Amino acid sequence: MPNHPMPNLHPVAPAAPIAPATAPRPVALELRDLTTVFPGDDGPVTVIDGVSLAVRAGGTLAVVGESGSGKSMTFLSALGLVATPGRVRRGEVRIDGTDILHQPPERLRRLRGAVISMIFQDPLTALNPVFTIGEQIVEVLRAHQRIGRAAARARAIDLLARVQIPDPVRRVDDYPHQLSGGQRQRVLIAMAIALSPRILIADEPTTALDVTVQAQILDLLADLQAETGMALVLITHDLGLVAKYADDVAVMYAGRLVETGSMEEVFTRPRHPYTRALFRSIPRLDGPVDEELPAIEGQPPNVARLPPGCAFEPRCTVGRGRADCCTRRPLPLAGDRSGHRSACFHEDLPDRKEAAR
Amino acid sequence: MTASLSAPPPALELVDATRVFTRRRGLFKTAGKAVRAVDGVSLTIRAGETLGLVGESGSGKSTLGRLALRLVEPTSGRLLVDGRDVTGVSKAEMQAMRRDIQMVFQDPYGSLDPRVTIGQSIAEPLKVHGLWDGDGPQKVAGVMSLVGLDPSHADRYPHQFSGGQRQRIGIARALTLDPKILVLDEPVSALDVSIQAQIINLLQRIQRERGLSYLFIAHDLAVVRHVSHRIAVMYFGKVVEMAERDNLYRRPLHPYTVSLLAAVPIADVRMRNRRRTSVTMGEIGSATNVPPGCRFHPRCYRARLVAATGGVPTERSGDALLPRACLIDQPELRSCGGTDRVACHFPETPETRSEVATAVLQDIGYPPIRPIPL
Repeated sequence: MPNHPMPNLHPVAPAAPIAPATAPRPVALELRDLTTVFPGDDGPVTVIDGVSLAVRAGGTLAVVGESGSGKSMTFLSALGLVATPGRVRRGEVRIDGTDILHQPPERLRRLRGAVISMIFQDPLTALNPVFTIGEQIVEVLRAHQRIGRAAARARAIDLLARVQIPDPVRRVDDYPHQLSGGQRQRVLIAMAIALSPRILIADEPTTALDVTVQAQILDLLADLQAETGMALVLITHDLGLVAKYADDVAVMYAGRLVETGSMEEVFTRPRHPYTRALFRSIPRLDGPVDEELPAIEGQPPNVARLPPGCAFEPRCTVGRGRADCCTRRPLPLAGDRSGHRSACFHEDLPDRKEAAR
Repeated sequence: MTASLSAPPPALELVDATRVFTRRRGLFKTAGKAVRAVDGVSLTIRAGETLGLVGESGSGKSTLGRLALRLVEPTSGRLLVDGRDVTGVSKAEMQAMRRDIQMVFQDPYGSLDPRVTIGQSIAEPLKVHGLWDGDGPQKVAGVMSLVGLDPSHADRYPHQFSGGQRQRIGIARALTLDPKILVLDEPVSALDVSIQAQIINLLQRIQRERGLSYLFIAHDLAVVRHVSHRIAVMYFGKVVEMAERDNLYRRPLHPYTVSLLAAVPIADVRMRNRRRTSVTMGEIGSATNVPPGCRFHPRCYRARLVAATGGVPTERSGDALLPRACLIDQPELRSCGGTDRVACHFPETPETRSEVATAVLQDIGYPPIRPIPL
């Protein structure tokens, strides 16, 4: 077991301000009206429906939603990684103002890794078991850069040190199975940042890990951002992580955005009935214990059979049975100048479930 | 929850239970290093009580759950169900005992046969136990309604259900034999948050209606707090703290418990400015290589603080200066006033609480923080 340095004995010392109080930094990645379809038994199924999002350089956007809500698919679409027979039907993915979605595949392949990179949930399946971790990092470097083997290996050791793998000179020759789950996730991060991308998409990067390790991994990503100005998209279902690490939040339901805004706005004044219900339903360390959790009744919808109106309407304790407009057609995001937007007509109406409490 | 004076025997009791796994390695299958997955654990679960069991992966909590059903046989120690020692009973008797104690798994899909209708799956325990009779179909319909499934869906297959519904099937199946105890191994971890709350409410309602006892194994400390009366914290096969629910979250004694609480991300805007709350270093490490002395010492912030403060014999371990006791003596689980017990040489008692623990408790809402206005 490696020896550890002294712990940080001042856990409540506020972190240094993340963003300097100057003009907002430029948008690093922008999705416009991204729409992805898969063929279904009764015609194409829209799995991502008109998603528009932006992440600023150095900023963190958290994308939350249930499994099947399209949060991973949105960014697979953005990177041109949708598996056939799925395809992006329309929309744009802009990096520095240039749409990358309609680039030739070879150019897109070169952008991936060098400019925009993605890490996935399960580090064991993402690593090749028959190559050492050093060889796998070297491969990433040499696929994109003119760099000799020795130099690439030295750079791999640097990267392992960068993601705090203890004793990187020795561990560079380890195989994935010789590492713990947390260390494997660190290796994936090392590979993802090997080419210093400006945008990193992290898809549930810590879901398979223990909470103690989760905090270390996310602190590491935050450190990398503070140093390099990298933009981070954090795909997660954990609202605690969102509060701790995100600047902005996008809430997805059934392939559509239902709410977007700054983390502070969405957490203190959640607008969409789904977001509000989601906040209520999670058990909290400081919540009441001797009463039922206010669960969201029913099941998430099947995107192949969405109702014509708001996809959340069948489970909604605000709009259900109240107004035709909920069932007629899906609503676009609308909001105020603060940038806090939600796709609901009735966000000002009282929630029957809240009123009952 | 307090025990009454003429307490009936606990629903379930483990006495000094130990399970050693020996990995056979290499061409000649020579005995590798032994792993004490569960190492001398004693605990009781009272009738109608939920005992929460928390710890990181590799802490032995799942093995302990399986020991309670003898799905894994103990290497030593005793298992008592309803006061009756069932440690040495035959397989047939054990089978009969399993009517009283059933298990719900994390992954309901993995524990359901995809080629068998859910009605058959739910009926299977009755058939295995020779209890299938004219009332069988009615019993199946009964438990299906109990867990919120439509009994007319009994002839459907597992793939036709969502994750949350499949977990309801798993629970229905465990309830068919009308057991007294359920061992729940991460029953909501694989579910979406909106579905987690439904299943937690369901489990609590069934417990109230049927007086069931639960051993609730989970890594999510907020979920465990919501469902448990008492909580045991495991580390490398040992229980390091055992406490009433409110005490564990308000007055955690073991530095490991404090570390787990510190690592829980809280869905509150206040957390934005409290980025550095991880106080435990590194990962749990390999169970084949358990540290001597207190097994938590390589990761313990408290040991470092105590050594830095002085007044106790210390020793250098790598880069760290630690109290000698932590490096040499394995602490026993003991009371430090009250019913709660802790296995630590320098527990975080209210009188000796470190600034680290104080800060962590403030973060998690003790004293309470304002809830999110909705």
